[in-house]
Amino acid sequence: MKKEFSQNLGFFGLFLCMLTTILALGSIIYFIAARGFSVLSWSFLTQVPYSAMTKGGIAPVIVGTFYITLGAIMFALPLGIACAVYLCEYSPKSIVVNIIRISINNLAGVPSVVFGLFGLAVFVKFFGFGVSILSGSLTLGILALPMIISSAQEALLAVPQSIREASLSLGATKWGTIKNIVLPTALPGILTGVILSIGRVAGETAPILFTAAAFYTRGYPKSVFSEVMALPYHIYALMTEGAHPDKQRAIAYGCSLVLLFLVLFISGFAIFLRQRQRSLYG
Amino acid sequence: MKILRFKERLYKWIFTILAFASLFFLMGIVLVLVKESLPIFQKVNFFKFIFGRSWYPTYNPAEFGILPLILASIWVTLGAVVVCVPLGVGSALYLNELAGRRQKAVLKPIVELLASIPSVVFGFFGVVILTPLLQKVFHLPTGLTALNASIILGVMATPTVCSIAEDALNYVPNAFREASFAVGATRWQTLTQVIIPAAGSGIATAIILGMSRAIGETMTVLMVAGGSAVIPHTFLEPVRPMTAAIAAEMGEAPMGGSHYHALFAIALILFVITFIFNVIAEIISRSFRVKLGLSG
Repeated sequence: MKKEFSQNLGFFGLFLCMLTTILALGSIIYFIAARGFSVLSWSFLTQVPYSAMTKGGIAPVIVGTFYITLGAIMFALPLGIACAVYLCEYSPKSIVVNIIRISINNLAGVPSVVFGLFGLAVFVKFFGFGVSILSGSLTLGILALPMIISSAQEALLAVPQSIREASLSLGATKWGTIKNIVLPTALPGILTGVILSIGRVAGETAPILFTAAAFYTRGYPKSVFSEVMALPYHIYALMTEGAHPDKQRAIAYGCSLVLLFLVLFISGFAIFLRQRQRSLYG
Repeated sequence: MKILRFKERLYKWIFTILAFASLFFLMGIVLVLVKESLPIFQKVNFFKFIFGRSWYPTYNPAEFGILPLILASIWVTLGAVVVCVPLGVGSALYLNELAGRRQKAVLKPIVELLASIPSVVFGFFGVVILTPLLQKVFHLPTGLTALNASIILGVMATPTVCSIAEDALNYVPNAFREASFAVGATRWQTLTQVIIPAAGSGIATAIILGMSRAIGETMTVLMVAGGSAVIPHTFLEPVRPMTAAIAAEMGEAPMGGSHYHALFAIALILFVITFIFNVIAEIISRSFRVKLGLSG
């Protein structure tokens, strides 16, 4: 009887842990959704801000986030896939591979603010790109690289060895096999990983603090060398800068809800796709 | 034929070079951090920098002692561990042991989805909801405290810890469980005396990676920790962790000045700390796989 009691108590404890986790995170979504919803309107999403950020919408902010994220993925995607192809298809098992693997793991663990400083010193200062979309995209791209590599690797490993061998036995070259057989087969998996990393990149703030973001710019960004407003930084700036804290707080709720929705939607889509792929290919 | 062979080798070389990108960027980060932080160590003794008790970078004469910042980071991280270890590991055990197949199919993606909530949203939530709450409950002059940062960081790291710990539990072979049942152990005994010890180092990896995430997290602590750079005495005081100091002060630090270099030095120390965490996690997880007979 005592055994059963302690078992029930223990299991109840575990249930409580799960419940608390879901509730804690759910309440964050709930509060932001409940209070941010009243701010949302068509004009909030499509207008430019005016009257010292207290009126108008956040359209340029959303566009800015889009540009920076797009740039980051365009930079990280080819590099990430190439790296995964080398690791999965070409690499002989050797010290080199281990070194690359360890550096990917460690790059993934570097704090985001350190990426920001790196971007500041290298892209903003050394290359002279200034605080711009370009600097921010490159910085975020490096941050996204490990995520893209590992998901591309997972997708490539899921391609059955037999179809590689079939292709090679028909006289195709190594590169021909990779280009025509392996990559097309792995493509859905790779795309899922890319979508997942888009969600992460869009929400990052610290790397763009000193490399891309501005609290206020006039209208929409004009070139890759202009500063931008971006959703995550905008939330932070609305809470800490400016002259009308109360009005800004309402807008910050709206921005948080938009960002939260965007990120959860993108990540949710990717997770859903991956779940389906895994059940398809077992 | 010759051209074809040449093309093959060319592609191999291109991929090989591109594969080194991660290593290249990692080295680049180290190089930049070292280069930009060296000037401060010519001015301030290394030990004075780390163990100095006062951080007044804008005073004249400026004082660069980052002990308050390091301690703040440690306090906030330990506080976060108190929150995220029971929640994360408990949830992982629940998912692995108790949840049915259908429940798991719903809960696992949800946990993963929650891991993608941006840190600035957590920070915002901390400022607008948790801060007034804590202020009221503890009768504080300000709700922006180490406690606030610990709670938010802990909740934030929970999905990460949960996912990695759950993976570790999955690696435990089913035979372990069956053997334990066969000798008459209850489910609870099996869990606590067979499964958890077997997955122990995997769970430890999860905790270390969670800590690594917490100590490197910037936006949340910048927004909710309060930002005062003094050595903390209780959890109910405002603190300024290392990441918050970098993010808050870099905008104002004149480029190329001592303050600027000091902030890079903080980043270097932060980088070394997370690097050590990641290496430890790597070593533990490798030994874990060897122990369970999985290939590295």
